Amino acid sequence: MSSPVAAGHPPAAPSSPSAPPFPPALHERPEDEQLLAAKLVPLRRPGQWASALVLVVLLAMLVHTLLTNRRFQWDVVGSYFLNGSIVDGLKLTLWLTAAVMASGYLLAVGVAAMRLSGNPVLRSLSFGFVWLVRSVPPLVQLLFWYELASLYPQLSLGIPFGHEFVTVRTAHLFSGILAAFVGLTLDVAAFASEIVRGGILSVEHGQTEAAEALGLGKVRIFRRIVLPQAMPAIVPASGNLLIGMLKATSIVSVIAVQDLLYSSQLIYNQNYLIIPLLLVATLWYIILTTLLSIGQFFVERHYARGSNRGGGSARTGFWQLFRGNVPLGLS
Amino acid sequence: MSSTTTSPTRAAAVEVRGAHKWYGANRVLDGVDLTVQPGQVAVILGPSGSGKSTLLRAINHLEQLDVGHVSVNGELIGVRRHGERLKELGERAILAQRAGIGFVFQGFNLFPHLTALENIAAAPVATGRATREEARATALDLLARVGLADKADAYPRQLSGGQQQRVAIARALAQRPGLILFDEPTSALDPELVGEVLAVIRDLAGSGTTLIVVTHEIGFAREVADLVVFLDGGHIVEQGTPAEVLDNPQHPRTREFLSKVL
Repeated sequence: MSSPVAAGHPPAAPSSPSAPPFPPALHERPEDEQLLAAKLVPLRRPGQWASALVLVVLLAMLVHTLLTNRRFQWDVVGSYFLNGSIVDGLKLTLWLTAAVMASGYLLAVGVAAMRLSGNPVLRSLSFGFVWLVRSVPPLVQLLFWYELASLYPQLSLGIPFGHEFVTVRTAHLFSGILAAFVGLTLDVAAFASEIVRGGILSVEHGQTEAAEALGLGKVRIFRRIVLPQAMPAIVPASGNLLIGMLKATSIVSVIAVQDLLYSSQLIYNQNYLIIPLLLVATLWYIILTTLLSIGQFFVERHYARGSNRGGGSARTGFWQLFRGNVPLGLS
Repeated sequence: MSSTTTSPTRAAAVEVRGAHKWYGANRVLDGVDLTVQPGQVAVILGPSGSGKSTLLRAINHLEQLDVGHVSVNGELIGVRRHGERLKELGERAILAQRAGIGFVFQGFNLFPHLTALENIAAAPVATGRATREEARATALDLLARVGLADKADAYPRQLSGGQQQRVAIARALAQRPGLILFDEPTSALDPELVGEVLAVIRDLAGSGTTLIVVTHEIGFAREVADLVVFLDGGHIVEQGTPAEVLDNPQHPRTREFLSKVL
């Protein structure tokens, strides 16, 4: 940085007889020159080092105990990891999550559309649905659906308050799996409708107006213009909800649906290897959640088209994170 | 309600009769009558809050008038006559009417998730008025016409305000409209970008397309307009040729406004 020319001039230079030029030349102000040549010493942050050290030690202790505590029985974990009934439970967890999310989101778009509609009856119904479902813990809801038969021994299809065409015994209709599906679907619908509504509201009204002025109909405007722009707001929260629901399906074990957790429980109820089998279930949940998080990353990148946060720059996200926090070679 | 007064010889491009509009207790339009002939360029001037934008938006039914009616090429907009009454049209009919009217917004309102080309081609394809290939070819032609042939694949965020507004004009032109409405097309632009947008609009004048432009650009009005309309307090204070309204205003309110704007 310091040029040899400037360095060559002695500090006596400013004593020239002529009026000093303004601003004075660099070599006439040696203190500036020293400032420019000086090396910046970054602020030391001993607190950061100390806290990092404490956490690393704690982490090392955790890993150490995981490996050395024989009561984790990792060999048993390994032997049950791909056990037939565990894999069956895993499959049920997967498709129950998929089915619940798919039907929940279909319902959610409708509920959100009702909430945003001009019809006050639809608006109130939508609000009431979300209020009710959000107020009842999913576990309680699940039990209600499971016990529906004691509330309504039979269900009929017919004219309201009039003739009935078809009648079904509820006890036959509502098996544990259907109760789980209905209860969790309603739960997803209520929460997802708020996510979808938030996403829709995040799109400027001018977008809808511009599309209207181009002669596009309501459905097209929603699908082609509003929804794609709402997705960046919808996707992260939905990823959260999906991962939450993957784990929340484990509550179906209380109504004897053989999901991943209940399958593990059935095994350890017989052989009392409680901890290893809980670890089997835990590891599978971790694996699935990790895969979903990776999927979410790619979905978010897809919907970042046209925004300054996405496209090419998202590709380098990890690298930028690394560069931002590790001052490598930044001389 | 006044009777429909379509001219006996040739229908006016735009005819507004007895337009009233309230927002709650706030009267935005207070009996506006306006006739614009086919191919004319009409410039609407007026202070903010005078009802200019509302009037423009009523012409393609983005706003519904409380009283009065609008017709474009002799066809009532948003309603149909049924004996003594005007019945509101269904969505499909309104969309068909809007498809023949271009609208250019102050804030551009380009679709940020589509490229410039897709912004222009999306509506003709979606409404089935063109195949994907036709729409694409038309869009490229239109981009060239507004001087942005090289920006076809750019997203709106990558364009300057002036370029975005030119894409928005191209998007309106893709509808092959007989009428284009401009709602303060240069008000959101940096001063040095105003010229490029006005140049594009100027090129459209005299092409046979009817233009109605809400603007504060008096110089543009003087140069391009066939009809200058001065709106204040929800009604038309004065209208006529640029020479009449801009150079020799009769109404004190017009004079006051022009002295501030010029």
